[in-house]
Amino acid sequence: MNEFPTPIATVPSTSNKTGGWRTFRPVILYDKCIRCMICWKFCPEPAIKIVSAEKYQAKNAAIAKLDAPEIDYDYCKGCGICANECPVKCIDMVFEEKLEG
Amino acid sequence: MKNLTIPEEEYMLPGHTACLGCGATLAMRYTLKALGKNTIITIPACCWAVIPGVYPSRTLEVPLLYTAFEVTGAAVSGIRQALSAKGIEDVNVVGFAGDGGTADIGIQSLSGAVERGEDIFYIMYDNEAYMNTGIQRSSSTPKGAWTTTTQVGKVRDWKKEKKKNMVEIMAAHGIPYTATASIAFPEDFIKKLEKGKKIKGPKFYHVFSTCPTGWLVSPNKSVEVARLAVDSKVFPLYEVENGIYNITYMPKKEVSVKEYFSLQGRFRHLTEDEINEIQKEVDESWRILIEKEKWSKSLIKV
Ligand SMILES: Cc1ncc(C[n+]2csc(CCOP(=O)(O)OP(=O)(O)O)c2C)c(N)n1
Ligand code: SF4
Ligand code: SF4
Repeated sequence: MNEFPTPIATVPSTSNKTGGWRTFRPVILYDKCIRCMICWKFCPEPAIKIVSAEKYQAKNAAIAKLDAPEIDYDYCKGCGICANECPVKCIDMVFEEKLEG
Repeated sequence: MKNLTIPEEEYMLPGHTACLGCGATLAMRYTLKALGKNTIITIPACCWAVIPGVYPSRTLEVPLLYTAFEVTGAAVSGIRQALSAKGIEDVNVVGFAGDGGTADIGIQSLSGAVERGEDIFYIMYDNEAYMNTGIQRSSSTPKGAWTTTTQVGKVRDWKKEKKKNMVEIMAAHGIPYTATASIAFPEDFIKKLEKGKKIKGPKFYHVFSTCPTGWLVSPNKSVEVARLAVDSKVFPLYEVENGIYNITYMPKKEVSVKEYFSLQGRFRHLTEDEINEIQKEVDESWRILIEKEKWSKSLIKV
């Protein structure tokens, strides 16, 4: 064994929780969401997961059949792209301190 | 049931250190979605060299080899040749570099790799300046922009020179495939990468990647600004395949250069007349591009 092996980066960056960077929290209003997944498509982290259709209430029966977006707050940096790109404007950007009450 | 317009697979992990709303990370995310697991990436000095985090952190699910600033073209050539020597042909070898590393310091090694016809992908993510070192002007910085080396103040030393056209330079090499792409149009970008997978030889992509930090853009407007660049024809989406031009997206609504500039602090100092002059140049470049498409398509033998 080489005492000083070639440096190979093996630790996944997921150990670095970038959620702490966030000032504004994106909050999806599921009763308005059309599950187009445009937010998922444009998240630069990516911090939006695709979860099973039943997990959240949906706007109507057709939409209830589609898998839903879910924000992973461990990694979301709060850039606001998702809220800006959402075609039905159903993502609110909420000041984190306000959420603490 | 999933309602997706781009592949679901992710090969880029969260937890990376890119700035809020960084377009360069979207460029990487889409590149890997299209090229998949069988990919080796090499990255020179640039923002993407630090985005994965400090050693031993990694953020890609494919091998990444770091290389020196000016040698991405040589690095992809070497990796390609080494794989071929081992009889491995089904791996996508990708050079992923910034505009400084590509259009300026790395242009000689890129030119060599393309001239030799290496079977590689080269992605230039264009954030229009040397961002990693603090927003210095590159040859890909557009005319009119403020950077820390083209300052505005009493002297109004904003960038007076036009942006270098890398796709034209690649086309002049007789490259089999080259295209522009944008982080605001991932479907178009992925389609172009899919096309590239079927082409043997060098493939060069010029990918417009908003840098909120360097352009003085609000991070939430990152994708919107990139979309306006395309719609205003400042950055048209097209491809050149063996010399034949093809515009892949026709802007649907009229967007002025002024509207595109208005979301960005780096153009704030420009007067009405200066913006009008840039508008004229953009209109002229667009007119020429349309003519090139018509003319080159007329050359196709039927
Ligand atoms: C030979 C050499 N000169 C200078 C540097 C310092 N340097 C590191 S990154 C960088 C800027 C890279 O700019 P660009 O290629 O546009 O990528 P970006 O940082 O914008 O992503 C510079 C100048 C270097 N690493 N090597
Ligand atoms: S705010 Fe930004 S980082 Fe957070 S989920 Fe939306 S797009 Fe992703
Ligand atoms: S400086 Fe710009 S390109 Fe570099 S990580 Fe930040 S946003 Fe991305």
